[in-house]
Amino acid sequence: MTHAKFSRGLVPLSVLSVVLLVGGFAMVFFYAPNEADQGFVQKIFYLHVPLAIVALCGFVAGGIYGIRFLRKGDRTDDLRSYVAIHISLILAIGALITGSIWAKASWGSWWVWDEPTLVSFLIVFLLYACYQPLRFSIEDPERQARYAAVFAIVGGAFVPLNFMAVRAADSLIHPRVLGTTGGAMPGSMRLTFLVCLAGMAALFITLNKYELTSKQATFALRSLRRRLAGDDDWVPVRRSAAPQL
Amino acid sequence: MSPALPLDDAGPYVAAAYLVFLALVVIYVAIMAAKLSRISREINELAELAARRDEQREADRETVPR
Repeated sequence: MTHAKFSRGLVPLSVLSVVLLVGGFAMVFFYAPNEADQGFVQKIFYLHVPLAIVALCGFVAGGIYGIRFLRKGDRTDDLRSYVAIHISLILAIGALITGSIWAKASWGSWWVWDEPTLVSFLIVFLLYACYQPLRFSIEDPERQARYAAVFAIVGGAFVPLNFMAVRAADSLIHPRVLGTTGGAMPGSMRLTFLVCLAGMAALFITLNKYELTSKQATFALRSLRRRLAGDDDWVPVRRSAAPQL
Repeated sequence: MSPALPLDDAGPYVAAAYLVFLALVVIYVAIMAAKLSRISREINELAELAARRDEQREADRETVPR
């Protein structure tokens, strides 16, 4: 096992996340103007879009760590991939719920099934919701790590492909905010959005580090317990979806 | 697209969205806190185990004839 120091820079990163998010949300309500068409309800945009973007980037990061694990065989990369996907799933739940609330306020319906952006995001979410059950179903840690890495790589490659396919499709009602043809935001709205996006990215990295540090501490404790208790009292690790270092 | 909601109607939706985010973060932090307390408990158990082993070692050393 590589003893990577996951906790390095955790405190300044946590502070940065809080500052960026609180600052960004303050800008949402006190600096950015109300959007002309949707009015006040468009404020959800500054939360919903960063959640979705960071979640999708996190899924891709999980795939990249999966590639690194298959190339180098370092179990730390498997752990990084697992944690990146886990945090991304939480953010994706946030993106789905906030999107649904926004849809109800704007379109009068919680969900629109013939809208490619919504359905494709749901497909990506459901795909990654299978990741943990897949890991849990495989008992052998080596096989579990390899199969999970392959899943993460295929899923990670699917995310940008899916994104491009949705961009190519005719949208019905969901706006294309970050495209070349639409979404020409004024400077104050764009700046607010970028601060919120940076805050969400910082939060993702912080939560990643928290979870990696917690997992590493758990593994170190388990190893210490084995050494102290001796082989006679050694209890095998119970089956888990999480990587075992 | 339907016309913009007045502030009174839009407010609860916006508040709900931001509260959902806050709830997700708080739930995550609570789960991490529970894990941290478990780690802390295990560290205490290991410290007790190490102390018992030290006492046992001392006792063994005293019983060995010189």
